[in-house]
Amino acid sequence: MTPNDPRTALLPERDIHKTPVMECRALGIDFGGLTAVDDFNITVAPTEIAGLIGPNGAGKTTIFNLLTKVYKPTRGAMFLNGKNTKKMNTIKANQAGIARTFQNIRLFKEMTVLENVLVGLHNEMNYNLLSSVLRFPEYWRSERIAKGRALELLSIFNMQDDASMKAGALPYGSQRRLEIVRALATNPCILLLDEPAAGMNHSETDELMENIRKIRDMFQIAILLIEHDMNLVMGICEGIAVINYGKLIAKGTPKDIQNNPVVIEAYLGKELGNADSH
Amino acid sequence: MNRLGIKTPARYAINATLIIAFIYWGYVITQGGMLTRAQNNIIIQVGFFIILAVSLNLPAGYLGQLPLGHAGFMAVGAYIGALFWRSGILSGYGSVVGGLIAAGIVSAIFGIIIGVPALRLRGDYLAIITLGFGEMIRVLIMNLPSITGGAQGLQQIPRHSNFLVVYICVIVCCLVIHMIMKSRHGRAILAIRDNEIATESMGINTTYYKVMAFAVSAFFAGVAGALYAGTLGILVPSDFNFMMSINILMIVVLGGLGSMMGSIIGAIVLTSLPLFMQGLNQYRLIIYALLLILVMIFKPSGLMGTYDFSMGHVLEKVGGWTMRSKKEGGASDDSE
Ligand SMILES: Nc1ncnc2c1ncn2[C@@H]1O[C@H](COP(=O)(O)OP(=O)(O)O)[C@@H](O)[C@H]1O
Ligand SMILES: [Mg+2]
Repeated sequence: MTPNDPRTALLPERDIHKTPVMECRALGIDFGGLTAVDDFNITVAPTEIAGLIGPNGAGKTTIFNLLTKVYKPTRGAMFLNGKNTKKMNTIKANQAGIARTFQNIRLFKEMTVLENVLVGLHNEMNYNLLSSVLRFPEYWRSERIAKGRALELLSIFNMQDDASMKAGALPYGSQRRLEIVRALATNPCILLLDEPAAGMNHSETDELMENIRKIRDMFQIAILLIEHDMNLVMGICEGIAVINYGKLIAKGTPKDIQNNPVVIEAYLGKELGNADSH
Repeated sequence: MNRLGIKTPARYAINATLIIAFIYWGYVITQGGMLTRAQNNIIIQVGFFIILAVSLNLPAGYLGQLPLGHAGFMAVGAYIGALFWRSGILSGYGSVVGGLIAAGIVSAIFGIIIGVPALRLRGDYLAIITLGFGEMIRVLIMNLPSITGGAQGLQQIPRHSNFLVVYICVIVCCLVIHMIMKSRHGRAILAIRDNEIATESMGINTTYYKVMAFAVSAFFAGVAGALYAGTLGILVPSDFNFMMSINILMIVVLGGLGSMMGSIIGAIVLTSLPLFMQGLNQYRLIIYALLLILVMIFKPSGLMGTYDFSMGHVLEKVGGWTMRSKKEGGASDDSE
């Protein structure tokens, strides 16, 4: 195989000596007769910001659903910190260190902003049912610590003052930010963001870029993001994987991707053209 | 911690005083011969309907499932409690408490047995399976005459349910469910209602919490059943038919799915209605239906919406509590 073969090329230049936080080997899924994702390989290093791009319907969200075990893969394997995730479900996958946001926002709309983050902190608290019914000291201690932690996490996006608002009442952009905070609360080692900048304006997107970098630096975690905003992707991703019709067509640094004729043909030409015309 | 330390115990003390005052006041009134027998009966009935509604509100309102067999769990508790009391294993208050706990536990076990297969599946399986369960239990009771008295009914059940016993159970039930809901466990239950996939992706075992909510609900339905048995002194299986499940569900929907206060008010209104419309009894169901339709038109979320009464809020509004609560600065732990 040539070094440029997208299936074997290593995405990260960083931390190449460390166990990758996540690794997919020939992952694939069929829906009925339709092959939505096929032969998907990716390796993400422990503190890498990686991008997953491709035209609409290419299978990006499906890949996230495979990684988080919402779907069971038809083929291939996925490893988290070197551990095979074959037997895991969504719950176990999160506990093993993978957290995500959703393209179509899935907040707990009827709950407050603070409560949404507290749900994310659920497994950080460990008092049992009896403690909550009888209000043992560990209940108060655990709740107090979690509340402090939740406000701290909200302050990343300067949202601590919205803590008592209903999540469903937040403006769209804030809902996306809250989803990130809630996912972070589960203490992941890799965070998957599905179109985090969708619906945001220029200045919001720039701020988000800064914050994504800040989150990586603060928490020392890996971030894999799906995004159509090429400024964001090219600006913060250290490695990028491009898929089309469920298949990887390229992998590499932003520079490689921007100059890759296959990518320009399939996707980038169009997207960059759109971006320029604005 | 200090601010919390000053305020929370004070609030708890006030709530405890109010509860004790209520129980004492109710006890004096019901025992003092001030009320007619019918009025007394209604007050007791309101009590176990509050337990039934508040316990059904847990899976129906907070968890967002649709159980249709609450009467089945009530039946299990009623017969277990009745048999326990008739057997005379314990005496005095030990017997009363023992019977109630036995009724609750056996009922909860049934809840788990039904809940595990039904709740693992997404969708409306729970409605169908619980409906089947409710009917099955009734048929089972009817066909075990040597134990349950069959269709003839079970008689000579010690009448242990007085105002004190019933309303202490009401308070325990409301408090336990309230405390669960204001904890990480309750938040998990509410999260499942809002978005199950997101809850799973938070690493929360959704099946566990669904079954837990369902089991706690069944426990208190069982307790209410035992109280029912201890009130009437005689049980017939047809008391626990499908209409009973629907009546309880109606109370919860009318009060507002997901509002404990709504369930309580709904239980008081619907159970005491017959008292105010004697002679209209044959129109009872029509009036219920009318009431339900009116509420659904003018306030689809039920009488109380999802609003929950909070003694903390009331206290904060009354007088100088506002200052102190601001210092605490939080929103989510204001209980009662
Ligand atoms: N549950 C499903 N059943 C059938 N087809 C699906 C399912 N989920 C995704 N697909 C198909 O997989 C393809 C990729 O979808 P998706 O991953 O959402 O694309 P995108 O790259 O825009 O996120 C689409 O053709 C979609 O119709
Ligand atoms: Mg998508």
